Amino acid sequence: MSKSNEPVLWFLFSAGGMISAMVFPILLIITGVILPFELAGEVTFERIHNAVKNPVVKLVLFFVIALPFFHWAHRFRFTLIDIGLKPISFLVSLLCYGGAITGTIVAAFILWKI
Amino acid sequence: MTTYRKPVSNTWWLESKPYFLFVIREFTSLFVAGYCLFLLLFIAKAGDSQEAYATLILSLKSPTSMVFHLISFTFILYHAITWFNLTPKIMVFHLGEERIPNALIAGAVYLSWGVVSLIISWLILGS
Amino acid sequence: MATRRTCLWKRGVKVSETFEMEIFRYYPDKDNEPFIKSYEVPFRDDWVVLDAINYIKDEIDGTLSYRWSCRMGVCGSCGMMVNSVPKLTCSAFLKDYPSRKIRVEPLQGFPVERDLIFDMDDFMNKLTEVKPYLLRKEGEEKPLEEGEYLQSPAELAHYKQYTLCINCMLCYAACPIYALDSNFVGPAAIALAQRYNLDSRDQGRNQRQEVIASHEGIWECTFVGECSVVCPKDVDPAAAIQRAKVSSTLDWFKEKMIPRSKG
Repeated sequence: MSKSNEPVLWFLFSAGGMISAMVFPILLIITGVILPFELAGEVTFERIHNAVKNPVVKLVLFFVIALPFFHWAHRFRFTLIDIGLKPISFLVSLLCYGGAITGTIVAAFILWKI
Repeated sequence: MTTYRKPVSNTWWLESKPYFLFVIREFTSLFVAGYCLFLLLFIAKAGDSQEAYATLILSLKSPTSMVFHLISFTFILYHAITWFNLTPKIMVFHLGEERIPNALIAGAVYLSWGVVSLIISWLILGS
Repeated sequence: MATRRTCLWKRGVKVSETFEMEIFRYYPDKDNEPFIKSYEVPFRDDWVVLDAINYIKDEIDGTLSYRWSCRMGVCGSCGMMVNSVPKLTCSAFLKDYPSRKIRVEPLQGFPVERDLIFDMDDFMNKLTEVKPYLLRKEGEEKPLEEGEYLQSPAELAHYKQYTLCINCMLCYAACPIYALDSNFVGPAAIALAQRYNLDSRDQGRNQRQEVIASHEGIWECTFVGECSVVCPKDVDPAAAIQRAKVSSTLDWFKEKMIPRSKG
């Protein structure tokens, strides 16, 4: 047996799990109800637009999106393996982490372009 | 010696409630990824133009968006609660011979959840 | 009827109610497949599942094979699946099953040798793999005449919980990951490794990490958490594994980020 490189994946999984648990519920309330139905008064386009153009906000958003992608990848990989896809575990890992890496690149690209 | 090994079916997680809840907990990750994609869409539109953003906000009132948000919220809330409840298992602190009680650590985690949520609301929505 | 050997029986306690026991039977030289056999036993308020099984062995069917010893939740021998839940049968009361019927099977995830007896060699090998004894670095072993390694009560508190394991294997039976892949080192063995890793007198963590930090060690665990739920001694092996993940992750970053000269 040799030491596994799993720690780096587990670290990304944990960080993404913590971030999504902490911030996604309130974000869902905001994008799902508060913004469309103006429950907190009018939030102007300029306010949101300027916010996402701010480099610090961009950096924060990058981690808030990229890490939860890796959270998904790691968790979903093990879920699929546990429920019977162990024979193709390499392919499962490839698709899951590949998906997360793609998501991260897309996120970086979108934030860069703004 | 001949032995008998009970085969494990791929539906083992449907055979007991704790296993089922475990798999549900693991499947919440799908909704986490789904909401990541939505956030990317939101950021792209908000960074684009007033028209694009207005169209997006309008589409958020649609039943499709409501259902997406409601289902995602349910699963992500389940993820958050199970995640926070398990946190004290990992964060173990001792003060002399006494272990700091799980409830205290969980309480601190839930409190920071509340504070973070308030800060985010304030940052996005303003006063 | 034959003379009852059970002492309570002798006292002439009136028994009118019965309890149905469905028992997993398997005799490898005779049966190709295991089967379930049903037995009717008297129902007594103060009987545990093990009492009912002993009654079957003594009064109904002497061929039934199972392990037990202390009947007081210490030896860890009498673990069985009761209605698909791993239990110490000496601590599971009949009265807690109001349907008056249970199914008893050998602990899940292990190869069955006969009836309720399973092969525990795999578990025993795993226990020795994690080196569950105090290890000192080379040259740091105190000579005998210098006496024992001292430890404060606060240092004891860091690992004491993990010393309470009685090796009953209920945690393995509760673990779907172990059932799916018996290469997984598993809950009790990892908790035992942590018991020594967290002991201030021990210096053997690096040696144990070869097994613990491997893929078949902690990294196969997906924190189902049932091992801790069924543990009769509140050892909380699930937490032990997660804590080992945290410390192994710190190790990994230290090893990869801080380059060390090889020599």
